[in-house]
Amino acid sequence: MTYIAKPRLHHPSLVKNKAGFTRRDYEGAVSTLCAGCGHDSISAAIIQACYELDILPHQVAKLSGIGCSSKAPTYFVGASHGFNTVHGRMPSVMTGANLANKDLIYMGVSGDGDSASIGLGQFAHIMRRGVNMTYIVMNNGVYGLTKGQFSATADKGSISKKGVANSEESIDLVSLAILMGATFVGRSFSGDKNQLVPLIKAAMDHKGAAFLDVISPCVAFNNHAGSTKSYEYVREHNEALNRLDFIEGREEITTQYEPGTATTVQQHDGSILRLRKLGEEYDASDKVAAMKRVQEGLQAGEVVTGLLYLDPTPKDLHQNLNTVDAPLNALGTADLCPGSGVLDRINASFR
Amino acid sequence: MPQAIAAVNDFVVKFANVNGSGSASANELFARAILRMGVPVSPRNIFPSNIQGLPTWYEVRVTEKGYLGRRGGVDMMVAMNPQTWAQDVKEIEPGGYLFYDSTKPMPASMFREDINIVGVPLTAITNATYSDARQRQLFKNIIYVGALSVLLDIDEKKIQGLFGEQFKGKEKLIDSNVKALQLGRDWVQQHIDPDAVKLKVRPSNNVGDKIFVEGNNAAALGAVYGGATVCAWYPITPSSSLAEAFQAHCKRLRHDKETGKAKYAIVQAEDELASIGIVIGAGWNGARAFTSTSGPGISLMTEFIGLASFAEVPAVIVNVQRGGPSTGMPTRTQQSDLLSCAYASNGDTKHVLLFPEDPKECFDFTAEALDLADRLQTPVFVMTDLDIGMNHRLCAPFQWDDTRNLDRGKVMTAAELEAGKTFGRYLDVDGDGIPFRTYPGTHPTKGSYFTRGTTKDEYARYSEEGPVYVRNMERLQKKFHTAARIAPQPLRYSSPKPTKYGVIYFGSTSPAMAEALDHLEADGNHVNALRVRAFPFSQAVEDFIHEHDKVFIVEQNRDAQLRTMLMADFTLDARKLVPVLHYDGTPITARFIASDIAQKLAQLKVVPFEKAAS
Repeated sequence: MTYIAKPRLHHPSLVKNKAGFTRRDYEGAVSTLCAGCGHDSISAAIIQACYELDILPHQVAKLSGIGCSSKAPTYFVGASHGFNTVHGRMPSVMTGANLANKDLIYMGVSGDGDSASIGLGQFAHIMRRGVNMTYIVMNNGVYGLTKGQFSATADKGSISKKGVANSEESIDLVSLAILMGATFVGRSFSGDKNQLVPLIKAAMDHKGAAFLDVISPCVAFNNHAGSTKSYEYVREHNEALNRLDFIEGREEITTQYEPGTATTVQQHDGSILRLRKLGEEYDASDKVAAMKRVQEGLQAGEVVTGLLYLDPTPKDLHQNLNTVDAPLNALGTADLCPGSGVLDRINASFR
Repeated sequence: MPQAIAAVNDFVVKFANVNGSGSASANELFARAILRMGVPVSPRNIFPSNIQGLPTWYEVRVTEKGYLGRRGGVDMMVAMNPQTWAQDVKEIEPGGYLFYDSTKPMPASMFREDINIVGVPLTAITNATYSDARQRQLFKNIIYVGALSVLLDIDEKKIQGLFGEQFKGKEKLIDSNVKALQLGRDWVQQHIDPDAVKLKVRPSNNVGDKIFVEGNNAAALGAVYGGATVCAWYPITPSSSLAEAFQAHCKRLRHDKETGKAKYAIVQAEDELASIGIVIGAGWNGARAFTSTSGPGISLMTEFIGLASFAEVPAVIVNVQRGGPSTGMPTRTQQSDLLSCAYASNGDTKHVLLFPEDPKECFDFTAEALDLADRLQTPVFVMTDLDIGMNHRLCAPFQWDDTRNLDRGKVMTAAELEAGKTFGRYLDVDGDGIPFRTYPGTHPTKGSYFTRGTTKDEYARYSEEGPVYVRNMERLQKKFHTAARIAPQPLRYSSPKPTKYGVIYFGSTSPAMAEALDHLEADGNHVNALRVRAFPFSQAVEDFIHEHDKVFIVEQNRDAQLRTMLMADFTLDARKLVPVLHYDGTPITARFIASDIAQKLAQLKVVPFEKAAS
């Protein structure tokens, strides 16, 4: 029931961020998803990330396709515009929106059916175009809104709630995103807020195509024994490559991090990412190594999480098209219409 | 001796070529030279879905009176393609002319007795002068233009002038082309009686200030003037040259003088699904956006078009219509996407269509469509076709009123929100069915909303309530009525004498119709005419139908699609609307329209036997 509005009253002791907003100012309508749905945890992480980034809520544009995940944008950053588009086609709408106004923060929310099946083509192409965005797939391996069919990210051999084994290969969106040219690729788990919130913050700050695959168990249709996207399975098989600390460019406080335990990556805009090494050495800027590591994880049945690949100096679509600094939607008649004098000359060239 | 058609400034020359042989530019040179003599021409490409080696034709109608429709029939065939020889020879009017390459002797059986044969040994002349294979191929074309210029009295200085413009700064190319032209001229002057061909071009001044341009180019320029900043497209014949022309115009007209940066963004998308998605995303976010496509592209776009209609997002779609799906016929022209565009998508959807008649209206209507889409907050189609889009057409010069501002429609600003103005995204505030919208990012606390397809109330709150849905749908209907008022109105041409017969037509049928009306009038068949320029139809269309006993509906499709739409919109007696249909992929001709209507009128005028007897 998304038309049930949350009470607007805030507790006076709520802490405001630098933009003057409390965490609650980044909330949306009450979720209508099933209780315990992983998607709600991701929405909460997005809210936390936006709050911590001091974003002006109305500077976010939220776009989604169709499915349970695509309902989620209603449940966060309610003061921003959102667009619930058609199934599998959010990427093109987000591309167009981004072309119209490069100054907003674009948050695309999709699901595994929306992005890996019906929308696989658009998913691939938005990555290769380098649209400046954060693209989150809430990945549960199942069609929730149509009650339990396998999606294309369901692992081969996993068992549906009805007891049927999936006989088709699964599509690994992380591998695909890296291959297609996304410049920020990460994976996380809806139940791992400590990892997820910094990843979302870093992705939102990345000035290029940032993709996050977030495993998000479906409590209704994909949280049983035999599922490889249940809470239990993911917790047992999660291998985090790194922990991420995200520091915005304007903050210079780096002393709180112990040297030696972290690698620092400076992004194009000056913001700094610290990758805390857990386990083996992992270099997120090495594309080939990233592909290899993800594939090794797949083979071993691990869910490799963390920041998997990062190009710290990406070029986005607007840079490639060399567009003017002002947003295209702010250009007026004088900027766009060459006028009658020019037209007379053009007419002459057609005689 | 066969009789010989004699005509001055009123004949049809058809070139039969092999595509990829460089003939297209030579043929265009031929047409332009006649135009420069002040004589209107109307050329048409008839080409295959192929790049090299298949038959292609170029038909030039020379028309003192400025009849720019396809006439039908061929007075002179320039038969340069052995593959289609038999068909080409057959097509010549009795008393017409066959111009051919006579290098190799041909048996008499290959010709016709009732036509005049003009042989010029083009290959022999070419090979005697040029040794390079590519040069031989290209200059052979110029040599036949030279030969024809003597036969038809085309001013060689005009052709030389065109070379000068085309190869400005490349003097060598000018000289070599002039030389090839002269080779053809010399041979004919030395070997052929000047009166062998009685089709002649005489200087005139019927071209005036008209311009000669393709509809796709014109529509692209209209998009520049109409303020489009985002173009997303996928290559498809016959629309590809539109997006490419937009790119070319933008490169010249839309770069910031100081920074060199672009005031536009063009994306060649992965398919038409993505092109329209990009257009809708940009439109939602306040940029003017358009796509150009053809029928199959529209089919792919339909789900999105429905979303844009329900979600009330501006979008402009230029549909350069062609024949049907797949490949082959699609390089031929039709007006067969009316229904698929007017009612595109699932749910109760109806869309605004504009029907330009020529490149001038392609320019005007594309710019207008961008205003209308913003004002109505809905997709607007510009329904052109291959005949207008991909052929050079003589038309009135483009005009622009410098006091005109881009009309962005009802957009609520941050200041208005701040001042406390009520914002309901789907709230009809003044009875025209059009609500206010806000661009994303307008105001920190006011005016944001969530965009959905069907399920929302006046304030964009999610609602699955029946009455709420119905209210919204009725408002959309009201908005559609507003569209009928503000879209381009139909134009009426009245017969000098009162008549109970009318004809309705639209789009590229226009020039053929104008000519057909002259023929009908000359034969005493008085008919009033109405050119429909937009859907939804305005009241004037219904009034016109009610004014007449019978109304012929002339269309270039099989299913009488415009007639179907008229029947759906107005309460009419189906017998009153008589379809006149042409859909073989060639542009409709005046001859066809006039004879079909004349026949039908003759049948109508037959007095029933019983009545006559009584």
